[in-house]
Amino acid sequence: MSGILIYGEHREGKLKRVSYELLSKGREIAQQLGEKAKVVILGNQLEEVAQEASFYADEVHLFEDPILENYNSEVYLQILEKLIKREEPSLIMAGATFQARELFPLLGGILECSVIVECVDIKTGDGKLSYVKPFYGGKILGEVIPKRYPHIVLVRPRVFQAKEKPVGQGLIRKEEVQIDMSKVGIKTLDVFKVKEKITDITEADVVVCGGRGLKAAENFNLLMELAEVLGGVVGATRAVVDAGWRPQSEQVGKSGKTVSPNLYFAIGLSGAIHHVMGMDSSKVIVAINKDPTAPIFEYADYGLVADLFEVVPILIEELKKERG
Amino acid sequence: MDILVCVKRVPDSEAQIEVKEGNVLKIEEKYTMNFFDNLAVEEAIRIKEKAGGKVTVLTFGSSSSIEVLRTALAMGADEAILIEDENVPHNDEFVTARILSKAIKDIPFDLILCGREAFDTSSGLVGPFLGKMLGIPVITMVTKVEVKPEERQLEVEREIEEGKELLRVNLPVLLTTQKGLNEPRVPTVMGLLKAMKAPIKRIKVEDLGIKPDSIVEETKVEISKLWEEKKKRRIRWIKGTPEEMVKELIELLKSEARVL
Repeated sequence: MSGILIYGEHREGKLKRVSYELLSKGREIAQQLGEKAKVVILGNQLEEVAQEASFYADEVHLFEDPILENYNSEVYLQILEKLIKREEPSLIMAGATFQARELFPLLGGILECSVIVECVDIKTGDGKLSYVKPFYGGKILGEVIPKRYPHIVLVRPRVFQAKEKPVGQGLIRKEEVQIDMSKVGIKTLDVFKVKEKITDITEADVVVCGGRGLKAAENFNLLMELAEVLGGVVGATRAVVDAGWRPQSEQVGKSGKTVSPNLYFAIGLSGAIHHVMGMDSSKVIVAINKDPTAPIFEYADYGLVADLFEVVPILIEELKKERG
Repeated sequence: MDILVCVKRVPDSEAQIEVKEGNVLKIEEKYTMNFFDNLAVEEAIRIKEKAGGKVTVLTFGSSSSIEVLRTALAMGADEAILIEDENVPHNDEFVTARILSKAIKDIPFDLILCGREAFDTSSGLVGPFLGKMLGIPVITMVTKVEVKPEERQLEVEREIEEGKELLRVNLPVLLTTQKGLNEPRVPTVMGLLKAMKAPIKRIKVEDLGIKPDSIVEETKVEISKLWEEKKKRRIRWIKGTPEEMVKELIELLKSEARVL
C-alpha cells in the first residue's frame, strides 16, 4: 500500500477551499514519504476542477457522469471502494464536511480500516503517521495512532494552509463510471438550498456571530452589514436558531458547525460551553457584550463591554471609511 | 415497526475533565445520556406512537450505563439491553459497532436510530460502521422522519452543508440524528417510577460469542497521548466611549492581530 488519495470535494464547479488545503498538505506529506499524491473527483462536467487539482497532484482520477451530479452516499461509495481497492493508498484524506463525514465512515466500515474524524494536526515523525483529534467536544486533544491501513483522515477545514499553485501538472485520468443501481437503496427526492448564494460558514475568513443580545431577527441586518464590510459571513448561537431568527446552517457550536476563521466576532452572546466548542479554535476572537462577567470574555482576545447597538454601527462606519 | 436505539452514557458537556499522569482522565461525576442519542430515543417513541411497534434501547458500557437505559424507559421505550464491557476496550468505535452488531443479530428490527456522534469521542463512526456490518443503508444527520409503514418506506430529511435534502429509503435502515429533529420529552414521575421497576436485560460480551482477546485484535485506533486544550486566552479590554473603542479595536486588529 502506498500513495495518498485526496477527496477533491467541490461545489458549483469549483474545488472547495478545504480541498485546496488538503491538496497542499497531501502533496507535502507525499513528498516527505516519497509517495504519490492522487486526487479523486466525482461529479458531472468537472473538466476545470480536474485541471485545477492536477497542479497539486501526480494523478487525478476523474469520474464524470450525470448520475454523479448530486451526492448519493451509496453511488459514491461504489466508486470509491473500487478505486481504493485498485490504487491501494495508505492514506485517504478528506475535509471534515457534512458530506465526507457521512461517506468516509461508511467507507471505513466497508474496508474495516482506521478512521480519524475532525483531525486538527498530522504528525510525520520517523516516517510513521499519527493524527491529533479532539475529544469531549474539544476539551481534550489526543494523538491517535491508526492500526489498520488505509488511514482515512477527515481534516477540519482551515487547519492547514492552502499553498500557491505549484508548477508542473499531474496526469488526468478519465475513469469509467459503472454503478450497480440495484444496490442503491437511497433515492434523492429533492435538495433544498437555504439561499441562492450559499454561505458555508466553515470556510469563511471572518465570522460575525450573534446571540440573544441581538433581541430580534431583523437586528441581524446589522451583523450582515458588518460581515459584508469584512468580507465574512454571519453565524448564530443555538438560542438564535431555536428562536427561528437564523437558519440552522449558520449555527456555531456543538450541535451546529465548528469554525476556525482568522477573525471571529462574538456579539451579544454569553459564551455557553456548547457555543465555545464550535469557535474557540478561531485565530482572533473579539467579544462585544454588555455584561462584563459573560463567559465569552474568557475566550476572547479583545473584549468590549458595551451596548452592541451603539458600537456595531460605528464599527461598520469606520470600517467602510477604512476600505474607501 | 420495531425500532432499536443505540445510546451512550457520556460526561455532561459542563463536566470538568482533566488529564492526569499516564494519560488517565479525571472526569467530574456528571453524566448524562448523549445529546444526540436523546433525540434518537424521542424520535423512536414518536414513531411508535404513530405507527405502533416496539422500541428497544441498547448500550455497550459499564453497569453505570443502566442510568441512561432507565431514562429511555421512563421516556417510553419498551425494553432495554445493557451489553457489559468488562475486559473489552470501550473507546474503539469499530469494536463497539462489532459488539452492537452481534447483539442486534437476534433482535428483529425495521429501523435503527443512533446519535450523530457521541460527546466523548466526537467522531460519529459507530452508526455508519454498524450499518455496514448489518448490510443496511445508512443516512446521517437526519432532521425529519416521515414513516410510510404500508409501503415499508421512510422519507427522511437530512442536513447538508448548503441546507437540506429529502431522501426516500426502504426499511430496514439506520439513521443518525441531528439537532432539529425533535424536542425530547422530559420523563413524567409515573414514567420514572415504572422505569425503576422495569427489568433490564444484561448481556456479557462473551455471551455474544466474542472472546475479549480476539476482539482486542479488531481495534482500529490507539490513543498514545491525551492533553488538555488550553482554551483561555489573555484578554485585552478595550475601554472608552463607543467611538474610542472602535478606533482602538480597528487599530489593534490591524497592527497587533494583523487580521484586517
